[in-house]
Amino acid sequence: MSRLDTRFSALREAGRTALIPYLTAGDPRPDATVGFMHALVAAGADVIEVGVPFTDPMADGPVIQAACERALVHGTSLSQVLDMVAEFRRDDGDTPVVLMGYLNPIDRLGLAGFAERAAAVGVDGVLIVDMTAEEAPEIMPTLNAHGLDAVCLIAPTTSESRMARICENAGGFVYYVSFKGVTGSSSLDVSSLGGQIERIRGYSRLPVAVGFGVRTAANAADVARVADAVVVGSTLVRCIADGGDDLAATREALGTTLAGMRSAIDAQDSNNREERRA
Amino acid sequence: MATIDPQHAADPATLAQAWREMPDARGHFGPYGGRFVAETLMAPLEELAAAYESARNDPAFIAALDADMADYVGRPTPIYHAERLSKKAGGAQIWFKREDLNHTGAHKINNTIGQALLADRMGKTRIIAETGAGQHGVATATVAARLGLECVIFMGSEDMRRQATNVYRMRLLGAEVRPVESGSRTLKDAMNEALRDWVANVDDTFYIIGTVAGPHPYPAMVRDFQAVIGRESRRQMLERCDRLPDAIVACVGGGSNAIGLFHPFLDDASVEIYGVEAGGDGVATGRHAAPLSAGRSGVLHGNRTYLMQDDNGQISATHSVSAGLDYPGVGPEHSWLKDIGRAHYVAVDDNDALAAFHECTRIEGIMPALESAHAVAYAQKLAATMAPDRIVLVNMSGRGDKDMASVAEAAGERL
Repeated sequence: MSRLDTRFSALREAGRTALIPYLTAGDPRPDATVGFMHALVAAGADVIEVGVPFTDPMADGPVIQAACERALVHGTSLSQVLDMVAEFRRDDGDTPVVLMGYLNPIDRLGLAGFAERAAAVGVDGVLIVDMTAEEAPEIMPTLNAHGLDAVCLIAPTTSESRMARICENAGGFVYYVSFKGVTGSSSLDVSSLGGQIERIRGYSRLPVAVGFGVRTAANAADVARVADAVVVGSTLVRCIADGGDDLAATREALGTTLAGMRSAIDAQDSNNREERRA
Repeated sequence: MATIDPQHAADPATLAQAWREMPDARGHFGPYGGRFVAETLMAPLEELAAAYESARNDPAFIAALDADMADYVGRPTPIYHAERLSKKAGGAQIWFKREDLNHTGAHKINNTIGQALLADRMGKTRIIAETGAGQHGVATATVAARLGLECVIFMGSEDMRRQATNVYRMRLLGAEVRPVESGSRTLKDAMNEALRDWVANVDDTFYIIGTVAGPHPYPAMVRDFQAVIGRESRRQMLERCDRLPDAIVACVGGGSNAIGLFHPFLDDASVEIYGVEAGGDGVATGRHAAPLSAGRSGVLHGNRTYLMQDDNGQISATHSVSAGLDYPGVGPEHSWLKDIGRAHYVAVDDNDALAAFHECTRIEGIMPALESAHAVAYAQKLAATMAPDRIVLVNMSGRGDKDMASVAEAAGERL
């Protein structure tokens, strides 16, 4: 069983919703990232999504674009991101790590070589934002052959037929993009979320994570009502931007922000369990 | 998928068949092209591909397009024998395809007319576009004004500085010009920003991409709208000279004017094809915009193609005196034509392009856009190596009025 599967089945048994923080590797500098990751785990992260910086992050809003630019000032490469995961794994063998990024840096490194190294350092899943199911025939099997889960996006605009095709290849969890837009750009419409998630459950037994637009602890709790996992990105990246060079202060801010979301989700989870019992 | 083994590129029959079939149903030109976008855009791209397929098979749509091309754009544009420039080059006869005479001053409107008619047919009420030199932005703002559609143009702030007149033109036409401050603040960043806007507004918005790049169906659709350049040229050369040209030359940024000229000539084995990239300070310096000359295959803006990138797969900053060529990628069909050897891609640096601009202006009375000046410069070099009974046809893709500030700046003068 993969680390992601193990984590999600334990959460499911306990009736808990996963909290998945995102940060951009190398932001604000490469030596900060591993410390941030440990701080996020201490504050209640169940899975960590590590963004691979790219010059042209076309699905991301200004907050994550700026994070990419800060990381790239220091030349943060995909290869260095893999080193960071290796370093994280020295102290944490349990928390699943998902790399999220764009295809070109992986393409440059070489897909097979990337998959082999990623698996070896302890990456569990890979989400390639600009990799569509149609273009994936070579990519998914290569990731899977190395024991990596291919985490896939589903959008409000995804048709039924595409959803079937996407779910067929997906692993780890399904990432539902909660609205039409880029990361961090708008706030959540929770009212339509339940129906959309039910639609996905018709095609996949994988846990469904919801991201894009979770800003506050209240948002996180709302999502936890219907989804299996809550992804929070731009809000945390903003903490990193605000922290500047004071890495200790940033670690604390990340921890506080995430812990707030954790308690809101835990409260919601306990309500969910009550409702189920009733 | 129709695939071609570059090793067997010499077989003309196989090739001729292959390029008529390109792209395949999923938008691939050999290994290039395709659709590499965030999931949210897949549905609108499928909707667009279906709408375009239906439109291009609809005689009423084609008739409306043809009528606009004639009455609004001013087509057909003439071909012109540049006798003095030919004499100066001392070899083959240089002819220009006069796309600079189109309404709004460049070939860009061939495409925006087509896509705007399609947007209207699809019931979209809002148009967005990216622009580098501003010619595509002006051509988009123009058709949006004519059809009464809301229009937002994304433009790098560096390009807005270089092309202030075009910014003003777009605003006069009723478009909102949104400065893009991210990345290198040029064309590629404007395209990122337009894609972001489209993701957020897919229901009512039509994204008019200005070149033969982007996700399928854009490279094929923009090519089809621009291919009027090559179809007319081919017919006009036969009428005027009773023969086809020996070589055709066009500048390549994203490559829409080039593919428009090239495509109808692909089956004509006697016609050599040259695409001219922006050499900037010189390809050897690394400060240029010549991905086909010095780049590698990668994925950007929804398609696989040759890109300027570093060893980590990050997209490189580009440099060219002409904002319209200042782009790190290129249309996927050009990448494929390069690999199979049907077209040759070369680079002309800033200085040679500027020299060609001045020479063409002074001895032909035609002021080329700095983009087109790259093609003129290469045509002069090429013509010099050929006999006087040979013909080189150059796509004069746009006029140079927009470039006065850049030309003056390069000459150390102030307007």
